[in-house]
Amino acid sequence: MAREASTSRKLTYTVIGWSIGLLIFFPVIWTFLTSFKTEGEAIANPPSFLFFNWTLENYHEVQDRSDYLKHVINSVVISFGSTGLGLLIAVPAAWAMAFSPGKHTKDILMWMLSTKMLPPVGVLVPIYLIFRDYNLLDTQLGLVIVMTLINLPIIVWMLYTYFREIPGEILEAARMDGASLGKEIVYVLAPMAVPGIASTVLLNLILAWNEAFWTLNLTAAKAAPLTAFIASYSSPEGLFWAKLSAASTLAIAPILIIGWFSQKQLVRGLTFGAVK
Amino acid sequence: MNLKALLLGAGSLLALGVAAQAETLTIATVNNGDMIRMQKLTDDFTAKNPGIELEWVTMEENVLRQKVTQDIATRGGQYDVMTIGTYEVPIWAKQNWLLPLEFDEGYDVDDLLPPIRDGLTADGKLYAAPFYGESSMIMYRKDLFEEAGIEMPDAPSWDLVADAARKITDKDKEIYGICLRGKAGWGENMAFLTATGNSFGARWFDEEWQPQFDQPEWKETLQFYVDLMNDAGPPGASSNGFNENLALFQSGKCGMWIDATVAASFVTNPDESRVADKVGFALAPDNGLGKRGNWLWAWTLAVPAGTQKAEAATKFIEWATSKDYLELVASKEGWANVPPGTRTSLYENPEYAKIPFAKMTLDSINSADPKNPTVKPVPYVGVQFVAIPEFQGLGTAVGQQFSAALAGQISVDQALQNAQQLAVREMTKAGYIK
Amino acid sequence: MATLHTRTSARYMMAPAVLLLLAWMLIPLGMTLYFSFLRYNLLMPGMEEWTGFLNYKYFLTDPAFDDALINTLLLVGGTLLITVIGGTLLALMLDQPFFGRGIVRLMVIAPFFVMPTVSALVWKNMLMHPVYGLFAWLAKSVGLPPVDWLAQVPLLSVIMIVSWQWLPFATLILLTAMQSLDEEQKEAAEMDGAGAISRFIYIVVPHLARAITVVILIETIFLLSVFAEILVTTNGGPGTQSTNITYLVYSLALLQFDVGGASAGGIVAVILANIVAIFLIRMIGKNLDR
Repeated sequence: MAREASTSRKLTYTVIGWSIGLLIFFPVIWTFLTSFKTEGEAIANPPSFLFFNWTLENYHEVQDRSDYLKHVINSVVISFGSTGLGLLIAVPAAWAMAFSPGKHTKDILMWMLSTKMLPPVGVLVPIYLIFRDYNLLDTQLGLVIVMTLINLPIIVWMLYTYFREIPGEILEAARMDGASLGKEIVYVLAPMAVPGIASTVLLNLILAWNEAFWTLNLTAAKAAPLTAFIASYSSPEGLFWAKLSAASTLAIAPILIIGWFSQKQLVRGLTFGAVK
Repeated sequence: MNLKALLLGAGSLLALGVAAQAETLTIATVNNGDMIRMQKLTDDFTAKNPGIELEWVTMEENVLRQKVTQDIATRGGQYDVMTIGTYEVPIWAKQNWLLPLEFDEGYDVDDLLPPIRDGLTADGKLYAAPFYGESSMIMYRKDLFEEAGIEMPDAPSWDLVADAARKITDKDKEIYGICLRGKAGWGENMAFLTATGNSFGARWFDEEWQPQFDQPEWKETLQFYVDLMNDAGPPGASSNGFNENLALFQSGKCGMWIDATVAASFVTNPDESRVADKVGFALAPDNGLGKRGNWLWAWTLAVPAGTQKAEAATKFIEWATSKDYLELVASKEGWANVPPGTRTSLYENPEYAKIPFAKMTLDSINSADPKNPTVKPVPYVGVQFVAIPEFQGLGTAVGQQFSAALAGQISVDQALQNAQQLAVREMTKAGYIK
Repeated sequence: MATLHTRTSARYMMAPAVLLLLAWMLIPLGMTLYFSFLRYNLLMPGMEEWTGFLNYKYFLTDPAFDDALINTLLLVGGTLLITVIGGTLLALMLDQPFFGRGIVRLMVIAPFFVMPTVSALVWKNMLMHPVYGLFAWLAKSVGLPPVDWLAQVPLLSVIMIVSWQWLPFATLILLTAMQSLDEEQKEAAEMDGAGAISRFIYIVVPHLARAITVVILIETIFLLSVFAEILVTTNGGPGTQSTNITYLVYSLALLQFDVGGASAGGIVAVILANIVAIFLIRMIGKNLDR
């Protein structure tokens, strides 16, 4: 009796769950499907969902206009580079804040987060001038530096909330045994911190990959990532729905796949250790 | 200090890496059909000019404008060739931001259409070469006019156009008498409305730079436009720009469309347009005051003063705006698809004269007078824009007000009052008026 | 001894992060502050002159400023409301066992990975377009006139798009929080005869409070500077109906190239952001320090 009730309940939830899931996911599926249509079919009324002539034409067109691979490589270099550099700077800082908090640790953290609230456009011209003087315009290095600085507060904060949950007694014990600071980090802390660091890395990758203001304004051709790749489609040009879809699919595919494969890790990181 | 040295080192390393290869030109351009075609024909240029490679940065118009302006004003030096409009050229040339262009004999500078060439010349030097030029004109559906028993003259008046639009409109059949720009932007609705205002006797500023939106001419212009669009325009007109109207006209929903002459090749192309064989052309309307409501615009290629590769850049521009390039496009895509509106010889070509819109395009371009655009005297140059740096921002802000009036969110009077207030503020701040 | 040693080394370890951020903040901010007192238009080099508070006067009396301020608050508030409530409901749903839950979860989190520019383009052109969009087709097929979303309800449209992007974030955090709720606690409440609703209100919601705080904090940081979505969809219009502070500063800086005015706007935005930050920190401080 009870079992039957729970099966039917499960079925109800299956129906509800899938409907809502599909609804939320719909824009992505729709873009994906449209990218294989011809321009005519893309605006056909009523729309065709699966039964149309699948074509790769749009992908050829998009590739003709700008080299996808070059933009992907730039996106990868910039997001991974800035994440790596960010970790290098943030891990010691977060470690120090978590294990030897001073009077002002909390204030420093909050101040760091508040720097993220600066509207970037307000400081664009100064940054542009500085970049010009140091030959950093349109270079991967320049963007790595900017992305690192933009996301540093989030990295520090996430790592801090993680490290804080590592019990201090373990460190005490290690210190008693005469472990040096370096050893303390490598042998004691690192293994416990890996999951936290992993999720921090993931979130940071996503943020850096999708950042569209600095990447667009500080690059021209050589260092332009995928956000610039999509920028040439941001105004209508007659019938362009299918080409837009193809370009969109290409721009989001890599990070979507990475995100899906690592979503369990990501979830843990997103909660900032706030939820136990 | 250390950081600076490190960054400098890294920067010059990257620079070295680039210099070791062939000379690479970075070209910023807009994502319009003719430019995308040029990008596809790049091989012809690189075959003729070994040692020069081209790197394209293709952007949407607003993004392009913002990036190249920022780069040139700060002398960032990111681009070697820039695609800019006739609005920018005189302003930038005055700042010495552009290198004057000097071409070989064979280029035949004198062949460029005089109204277009004038706008790109300062102190007798050419600062940008036109890639394509346009004016605006009426494109209308001959079949619908015949049905309604209306004859369209070559040079109609606004009254005739408005009457015809109202007669042709059949909202049940989704046929709208007239499609006009409504999307806010100095290059969108304000291009149309400023040019239309010229034919109604309106002007942006008087000789003392006092904004004129509180004058009856503007009231008449805007009221005429809003009423006409409410009676005979398509739904959602306040977000229609050039491309949106193009799609509407191509799918047979507009009786008339007053817009850029370059659209003629799209609406008569049977691959894209359902009404390709039914389109007629006429000059933009007037109001008997001596000025027509047509504009003048050209997309041009220019060399920024900050580039290290001026010679190669000039070579590229020479190629892209030459007579040979027109023939190259004609041989690959047919004469109807060559970039129009730049050269006299194109319009003298008997092959090109067969194209139905060729003559009307030329007439429209020749009838525009940027140096003397309005009925009453003005202190500025430019037909559908005012060639001062402040215009982009001000034009867009005013365009937003007029777009809101078209959408019915504010009244015509309110929109004009807001526009006047915005203009006075901006001009006071910029120091034109006290 | 040990503590002294660690204190000092702690300083050294924090130094790079703190100094870098300080530089990142102070150098541009210092320049911005300086520019904000100049008449400085990029298009007219060599004309810079000291103008005192003129730029501030113009920015604060800009007819669009009030709208922008209200729109910013509506955008942040509306999105927070939708994502927190929607996120809670979605999390409740995903907390129930059903067939294919893993796949549904993947679908629900997908929008978080989509670039803001792309999602704005897709919504604008493929869903909300009054002629070719899917919403228009749906409306027409049930006999309603299609809604011109971006012209008739611009701010709501932007809120919808932004909410779609941030819903997964809220859902994920709230779901984790919910799953960490002690099963025993829930069962005990069930034994006591508490109904589903009162169980939710008295046990689940208080448990979620901390997670909700995190959602609000992080989302606010990003929502205050929403920009790409507005640029791509409405350009701040019609009129100024969907202009927020960030967009207003943008239009000064990159449409008018008025560096002085944009700098003044930037400084005002920084001050406003800090006011919000102080509120948030008060709130977070209470909730996170438990």
